[in-house]
Amino acid sequence: MAECVIDCTNLTRKFGELTAVDSLSLQVQAGEIFGFLGHNGAGKTTTVRLLNGILNANAGEVRVLGLDPAIDGAELRRRSGVLTESPSLDERLTAREMLEIYARVFGLDEKRARSRTVELLEAFELLDRADEKLAGFSKGMKQRMALVRALLHSPEVLYLDEPSAGLDPVSTRGLHDLILKLSREEGRTIFLCTHNLMEAQKLCDRVGVMEHGKLIALGTPAELSHRLVHGAKVEIEVQKEQAAAAQEVIRNQCQLFSEPGQNGTLVVTALHHEKIPAVLAALVQAKVNVYRVAAQEPTLEDAYFALHAADRE
Amino acid sequence: MNMQIIRALVKRDLKTVFQSKAVLMPLIIVPLIMFVAMPLLMIYLPDMMSVSGTSMSNMDEYMQMMPPGMLAELSGYTVEQQPIVIMLIYFLAPMFLILPIMVASVIAADSFAGEKERKTMEALLYTPATDLELFTAKMLSAWLPALAVALLGFVIYAVVCNVAGWHIMGRIFFPNLMWIVLILWVVPPAAGLGLGSMVLVSRRMKTFQEAYQMGGMVVLPVLLLILTQAFGVMYFSTLVAALLGLALWLVDGVLIWLGVKSFQRGELIAQL
Repeated sequence: MAECVIDCTNLTRKFGELTAVDSLSLQVQAGEIFGFLGHNGAGKTTTVRLLNGILNANAGEVRVLGLDPAIDGAELRRRSGVLTESPSLDERLTAREMLEIYARVFGLDEKRARSRTVELLEAFELLDRADEKLAGFSKGMKQRMALVRALLHSPEVLYLDEPSAGLDPVSTRGLHDLILKLSREEGRTIFLCTHNLMEAQKLCDRVGVMEHGKLIALGTPAELSHRLVHGAKVEIEVQKEQAAAAQEVIRNQCQLFSEPGQNGTLVVTALHHEKIPAVLAALVQAKVNVYRVAAQEPTLEDAYFALHAADRE
Repeated sequence: MNMQIIRALVKRDLKTVFQSKAVLMPLIIVPLIMFVAMPLLMIYLPDMMSVSGTSMSNMDEYMQMMPPGMLAELSGYTVEQQPIVIMLIYFLAPMFLILPIMVASVIAADSFAGEKERKTMEALLYTPATDLELFTAKMLSAWLPALAVALLGFVIYAVVCNVAGWHIMGRIFFPNLMWIVLILWVVPPAAGLGLGSMVLVSRRMKTFQEAYQMGGMVVLPVLLLILTQAFGVMYFSTLVAALLGLALWLVDGVLIWLGVKSFQRGELIAQL
């Protein structure tokens, strides 16, 4: 069984009247990519701060890498890397200067600090800009620099707060490949805070959804999708002229809601697999020509919106 | 305390601070005015005043206002030498303290409040540096340059005074014991005063400029010292310098204690 890297029970943090993190219980295993989802202000950043000993909890128990962040914060931060939401770079310094200084702060000796800086700048295709001031870097390059800084000391746990924000599609793909490599090949634990649900679906082994400081859902993306979204979304392509008739059949005979899609298709939502043959039989009986049927599995995005819709109700 | 972390952070702060023109300009201009322009003016002013024919009698009147201790110190000098000694050794002594206070304040404003303005603090908080290491590094990055600039300023001032004053004094007359006490005992805590007060001010200010303007008020006690001496209430003797140094060290102790107490990650992150 994999080692539990992050283990918190009833973790609570208040700011005055506001409970930013409310009785959070969560375990993240070594090598896992854990997605932490939620709107702005849901409590994600506060949780990361609590897990790194930046803030102390008002209540609850927390251990990261077996250490208590409130007591062993310095040792814990030596073994963790954090990519903050804003790159937080020393823009008056050159890329090389900033990285070498941070490498020293993270405990690397002078020689290793220099070689590690070059190694990472090369890996992130920034070596040719190493001696330029960071102020002149593009937004995407700054984001990459911040990630390089978080990786300098080869952390065992890596917290990434909106890592793909500001990156172009090619850089985003590169980042995703890197995250997968860090987890799958190097066994590092990734705690990924993101609004990008496609990213979470693609990368994460499990996700947790935060709302008003509470963890309201936890599981694999597939589990959450099936648990929270009732039925699949099915696209049925019919003869264009018969689309209205088909809609009538689906509504009257199957008691289901459909809406026109593209090129004469109808999209039926919340349709369970076992009901698909009955819908098709009804259409055939009504002499509607059916050309194609495609069932789309619910995504994490569907689950996320279903969750928040339920929460609002 | 981990010295590798502190050294790296001091290097970072110094490299960052000295890239800023807003920081560098006062560090160059103020010493030039204080250590080159002012002594030259003080040395040649009495010559110019004597042309008008009234200055010596004014000087006599002025000398009568001076405390007996200062008169005793001046007794070994000729009438021509006395104004130079009064101005360069005694009057400029408290003024000299403005330099370490100002240098420490400017750097501390950039290092503490400027860090907030540039949004670079958060990354620092996620490093293994403890709160005390971060605080110590930030203090040293302002305190050491303040001492270095003050020491350099003192050497330049000594050379300018002795060279320019040679035709009147006929010997090396600067520094005296009081100035040695000033440099070794008073300047370090004076820099600490600028620094410590800026640390407290920076908690409330969000930008370098705001902090610097508010922190500038710390030179007011120095101005009071200058005025007190100008009106003959006291003079800057070795004993006064020693007592002033002691008082400043005590104030620094309190400021550092308050600074350490307030410099905590939880507080700092809330201010971002």
